[in-house]
Amino acid sequence: MPSLALIGLIGLPLLALVWRSADRDFFAYVLSANSLSALRLSLLTSFMSVALALALGTPLAYLLAHWTFPGKTLCDLVVDLPVVLPPAVAGIALLMAFGRVGVFGAELNAFGVSLPFTTPAVVLAQTFVAAPFLVRSAKIGFAAIDPQQQEAARLEGASEWQVFRFIMFPLAGRAVLTGVVLAWTRSLGEFGATLLFAGNLQGTTQTLPLAIYMGFEQDPKIALVLSVMLLAVSLVFLALLRQLEREN
Amino acid sequence: MKRILVSLALVVCLLAACTPAATPLPPTSVPPTAVPPTAAPAARTLTVFAAASLTGSFGDIGKAFEAANPGVTVKFNFAGSQVLRTQIEQGAAADVFASADHKNMDPLVKENLVAAGYQDFATNLLTVILPPKNPANVQSLQDLAKPGLKLVLEDPSVPAGNYSRQILAKMSQDPTYGAVYSPTVLSNVVSNETDVKAVVTKVDSGEADAGIVYVTDAIAAPDLKTIPIPANFNVIAQYPIAPLTKAPNADLAAAFVAYVQSADGQTVMKKWGFSPAKP
Repeated sequence: MPSLALIGLIGLPLLALVWRSADRDFFAYVLSANSLSALRLSLLTSFMSVALALALGTPLAYLLAHWTFPGKTLCDLVVDLPVVLPPAVAGIALLMAFGRVGVFGAELNAFGVSLPFTTPAVVLAQTFVAAPFLVRSAKIGFAAIDPQQQEAARLEGASEWQVFRFIMFPLAGRAVLTGVVLAWTRSLGEFGATLLFAGNLQGTTQTLPLAIYMGFEQDPKIALVLSVMLLAVSLVFLALLRQLEREN
Repeated sequence: MKRILVSLALVVCLLAACTPAATPLPPTSVPPTAVPPTAAPAARTLTVFAAASLTGSFGDIGKAFEAANPGVTVKFNFAGSQVLRTQIEQGAAADVFASADHKNMDPLVKENLVAAGYQDFATNLLTVILPPKNPANVQSLQDLAKPGLKLVLEDPSVPAGNYSRQILAKMSQDPTYGAVYSPTVLSNVVSNETDVKAVVTKVDSGEADAGIVYVTDAIAAPDLKTIPIPANFNVIAQYPIAPLTKAPNADLAAAFVAYVQSADGQTVMKKWGFSPAKP
């Protein structure tokens, strides 16, 4: 009975969303400049955040999985925190640190960098909230590798880089890929931190979730169509995740 | 084990992705806190949806109304008028709606959520605001067209956002500013916020170089520097108020509307910088 209730809670609103949005004007809204701009920006920024998370997060995950060092527990905590932090808090925190008058604002300004109201700020906000998912997943993957295999390889003369490239990465690959999908989904859905830190401007910082929120205030029909677009993209990612799990 | 952890991570991810931003939600009817032991009137809650620019003034009016009506608690939902209109259209249980323009009240009349013949209770003017330290050294309205200026406005769907753009268009028709003025200033906009208070915050904190909000918002945040907008360019914002036809507390709603329009209510509005409604 409780399971039916939960399935109902999740399933019914999604069905209602698709049901209510389906009408003649649907594709007109989808192809409008505003929607396409939001979709393009969402895909671009989420791609960049995931790339950033992958480049910086994979080595970190490896470190956390196999090394012990002073401050490791703190490191673990910091990396895990954005997962439970409310996005609005993340936005305010980013503003306090990297805003024009933030703690590091003066230093950034010295380099001619002003982050708020820019597309890089969107990428930063998304990376902040999404990278931890990738790091956690990759960490589990790396930790699951038998250390004896690595030892054997090292005894045979393999360098650290070769151990990483030919043993660790392929074996942990699926976990890393799962982390990529999770991080990507989280980036796509990011709203609170983006609105507070990056702002809301069509073409520059108005991602799909922001466009949905603003659209709802003008004409709920716009919000409906944009929501279905985002739902479609999310479903694609979910299918990917299912496929990965099955191959496991 | 890995599958369980991944599934768990996915659930956490979905939950985190679904965490709402600071969306103003219609307040549910909160049960009264304490019923006085003596034979006093039953505790009731009045729900008022009011434009963000009314935060200060209506806060005072709410307290005064509560004092004059023992047992009544006034609960406010302050947000951009367009947000409130949408919530009411989607069935939010409010008693009174006070908007910052007619544009967000008229659709409700059409949908029979508000009776026709509503009245204005105040008017407002707009002004340009600058951060206390004025980092971009804005000295005049002409400076708003300076290249690289970070201007924050409200979204066009917000009353103030609409009014601001009307003002810029008016200025463009004047030879002093010229036809390129409005498009140039608008190209300096770096963010369209969801209500006036968000613009005030961004400018007050120094993140933005300038913003356009109501005169009353500038009064409520005295740290801000301002540049007045001449009367011939300014727009008179008309604030209507009305009880909702489906109000759960219709009598209280009517009483509240009457109170806002009474001498006491109007004194509070004046104190916060509003002007009387145009007849």
